[in-house]
Amino acid sequence: MASIAGKKSGLTWAVQISVAALVLLWLFPTVGLFVSSFRTADQISSSGWWAALFPAEQNEVYRTLDPDETRVADGDLFTVSGNIFEGEPREIRSWGVSSRDVSAYQPGETADMGDGESLTLLADGSYVWKGNDKQISGRGQRVFVTATVPPEFTLENYQTILFSGTGQDNMGKAFFNTLTVTIPATIIPIVIAAFAAYALAWMEFPGRALLIAAVVALLVVPLQLALIPLLRLHLAVGIGKGYMGVWLAHTAFGMPLAVYLLRNYMVGLPRDIIENAKVDGATDFQIFTRIILPLSFPALASFAIFQFLWTWNDLLVAKVFLIDATGSTTVMTNQIVELLGTRGGNWEILATAAFVSIAVPLFVFFAMQRYLVRGLLAGSVK
Amino acid sequence: MLSDNPALLGLFTIVVGVGACLAYFFFSNVFLDKVLFPARGPNAGKNINRANMIRPWLFLFPALFALTLYLAYPVFETLRLSLTDRSQGGAFVGLANYRQMMNEAKFWEAVRNNMLWLIVVPAASTAFGLLVAQLTDRIRWGNFAKSLIFMPMAISFVGASVIFKLIYDTRAADQNQIGVLNAIWLKFDGGIGSVVFLQLLPTLLLLAFAVVVAYVAWTFVRGIVARGEDKSIWLLPLRLLVAVGGIWLIWISLSSAVGVWIAEVPYGEPQTWLTLPLWNNFFLMVVLIWIQTGFAMVILSAALRGIPEETVEAAIVDGANPFQIFFKIKVPQIMGTIVVVWTTITLTVLKVFDIVFAMTNGQWETQVLANYMYDKLFRANDWGVGSASAIIIMLLVTPILVWNVYNARKEMK
Repeated sequence: MASIAGKKSGLTWAVQISVAALVLLWLFPTVGLFVSSFRTADQISSSGWWAALFPAEQNEVYRTLDPDETRVADGDLFTVSGNIFEGEPREIRSWGVSSRDVSAYQPGETADMGDGESLTLLADGSYVWKGNDKQISGRGQRVFVTATVPPEFTLENYQTILFSGTGQDNMGKAFFNTLTVTIPATIIPIVIAAFAAYALAWMEFPGRALLIAAVVALLVVPLQLALIPLLRLHLAVGIGKGYMGVWLAHTAFGMPLAVYLLRNYMVGLPRDIIENAKVDGATDFQIFTRIILPLSFPALASFAIFQFLWTWNDLLVAKVFLIDATGSTTVMTNQIVELLGTRGGNWEILATAAFVSIAVPLFVFFAMQRYLVRGLLAGSVK
Repeated sequence: MLSDNPALLGLFTIVVGVGACLAYFFFSNVFLDKVLFPARGPNAGKNINRANMIRPWLFLFPALFALTLYLAYPVFETLRLSLTDRSQGGAFVGLANYRQMMNEAKFWEAVRNNMLWLIVVPAASTAFGLLVAQLTDRIRWGNFAKSLIFMPMAISFVGASVIFKLIYDTRAADQNQIGVLNAIWLKFDGGIGSVVFLQLLPTLLLLAFAVVVAYVAWTFVRGIVARGEDKSIWLLPLRLLVAVGGIWLIWISLSSAVGVWIAEVPYGEPQTWLTLPLWNNFFLMVVLIWIQTGFAMVILSAALRGIPEETVEAAIVDGANPFQIFFKIKVPQIMGTIVVVWTTITLTVLKVFDIVFAMTNGQWETQVLANYMYDKLFRANDWGVGSASAIIIMLLVTPILVWNVYNARKEMK
C-alpha cells in the first residue's frame, strides 16, 4: 500500500491542476462578456478584454494652451508652459509632435521643431514650448502621447441599456416583457401538472400505464412540429400572436416534463400516510392539497426552476407565438438577436444587453442549484 | 386597459389562471360527490365506486387536454401539412414537398451538418462531463468546481452565442485583435511552437480518437463472431451500423491527421472563424458543448457516487492502476447512465436552433435542420416543405422515443 500512498500525492496534484484548468476554461468566455460590459466602446475596440485588467498603453492627442493668451515674453523668444493633463495624470512612455511619428521622443527630451522652436515634455505632462513671435501664435501645439492608462471601468453601458438608451438599445421594455411571459408560464403548468401527477401516481384506473408511457413519449417530441399547427389554431380561434398564446404554448410544452418529474417524486412518497388519511375519511382532493402538495415541494421547486430557465431563455416559442409585426412585445433574447444583426460591432451594447438577460437566470441558478440538480437527476436517470 | 399594461395582464393571468384551475378541480370534485353520484340514498355504495372511477379523469383532464392539443395533435397535423400545398389551397400533393426538399442543396447541407453535430456534441459533452465528474470526485473543492462548470446551463443559447461571437471576433490585421481566438492565432508564426500545438498535438489527438473508435466498433462487431454474446437478429443491423460508422470515422480522422501536415496554414493573418466552411460548424458546436458539459457532469457524477465502494477497493487490492479502475471498473458500471446522458444530449442537438440562428443564420454552410425548417416556415412561407423537414426531425427523434418508452415500461414492472 505504501506505493499507492506515495503515488497518490503526485496524482492528486495533477488532478487539482487539471480541474483548475478546466474551470478556468469554462469560466473564461463568461468573464469576457462580463468585463466587456463595463468598458467603453473605445476601450473595447482598442484592446482585448483580458488587457482591461492591467494598465494599458494608449495613444492620445493633446494640445498645449492657446499661445495668444498665455505666452510669456522672454527677450525675443516667447514661452508657453503648463501641463497637458488636466486633472488626470498619466505615465508618459513616449511622445511626439507630428502625427507621422507619434513616439519620436522620450519624456524629458526636447523636440526641435526647426528655426529655434522647441518643446520639452516631462514624464508628468508638464511642458515648455519656446519659439519666436510667429511660431508661438495661433492655436496650441499638438502633442501626441503614448501613455500608460490604469484599468478603468464604467457603468455607462448599463445606464444606456436599462434606462437612457433609445430604440433597440433600450432593453428595459424587453426585460419586463420577458418577465411577463415567464412568471405565468412557470406557475400555471405546476398547478395543472400536480393534479395529473397525483392521479398517475396514486389513483387506480384502467389505462394508467398507457398514459404514463404517452407522457414519456411526448417528453421528446420536438417543439418544431407544434409550430405551424398551433399558430394556425391560435389564429383561427382568435388568440392570435400575443401573451395569451405564448402562455398557453409554454404551459403545454412544459407539461410532459412537469407531469413526469412530479409523478416520479409522488410515487416515492410513503404509502402509509396516504392510506391512513383515506381511512380517516379524507377525500382525494383533501389528500392532494393537505398532504401531497406540501410534501412534494422539492419536486415542485425543481420543475419551477427548469420551466423558469427554459421560458426566460427561449427564443423560438416567443418568435412564433408572441412577437407580432409591431415588435412591441419583443423579449430579450429576440432583441439581442436583432442587435447582433444591426449593432454587430458595438460590443459595449451587445455585451451589456446579453449580460442583462443572463443575470437573472444566473442568480436563480446559484440560489437554487440544489433543486436544479435534484430535478435533473429525477428527470433523466432512469 | 389590461391589454395596455402587460405586467398587469400577467398578474391578472396568474390569479385567474391559478384560480380557475383550483376552482375547476375543487368544484368538479364537489359536483361529482354531491350531485352526480351522491354517497347517500339506496345507491350509496355503487355511487362511491362510480365516483372513484371518474375522479382520476377529473384530475387528469386539463393536463391531458394540453398534451393532446399542443403536442400529440400537431404531430399528425404536421404530417398532414407536409403532404399538402398551401399555395394550392391545401390540396393533397403526396410526396411532392419531400421531393422538392430532397432536390435542395441547402437541405443536404443541413442533414450533413446535423450528422456532424450528432456525432461531435454528445460525444464531446459526455466525455468532458465524465472527465470532470471523475476528477472532481475526490477533491475538496470539487463541488465548487462543479457548480462553476455547471453554470452555462443557466445561460440562454442566445446569450451564449453573444459570448462566443466575442471570442471569434475578427479585426483587420493592423488593429489589436479583441477576439481571444484570433489573439491566440496570431501568436503562431510557423515556428517550433506552431508545429507542436497545431500539427503534432492534433495528430496525436486524432490518432487517439481513431483508436478509441476502433475499440468501440470492435466490441460491437465482436458480438457477431464471438461466443456467449447476445446473437438476437435485431442486434445485427445495429452492429453493422456501428461497424460502418466506425470505419468512416477512422478514415476521416486518419486522413485529417495526414492533412494537418500537408495543409498550407495562413499564419499571421486574422481569420474570420465563422465563415470558414466546415470549420465554422465546429466553432458553433463548441457553444453547445460548453453548455451541455455541465448537464452530463451532474448526472454522471451522481452515477459515479453510486458505484459500490467494494468493487473499487477490490480492484485496488488486485493492483489495478487508476486508469484501469476508471475504464474497467467504473465506466462499465455506469454505462446505462452514459447512454441516458448521450441520448438526452442527442435530443437537444436535434432541436438546436437558437445558436445557429443567432450566430450565422445558416450562412457559410452552417445550416442545420431546425433552422432550415424555421427558414422555410417563416421566411419562405412554404409550410409544406417546412412541415416536411419537421417530420424529418421527428423521424430522427423516433428511435430515442421508442427506446425511452421501452425503458420506462420496463422500469414500472
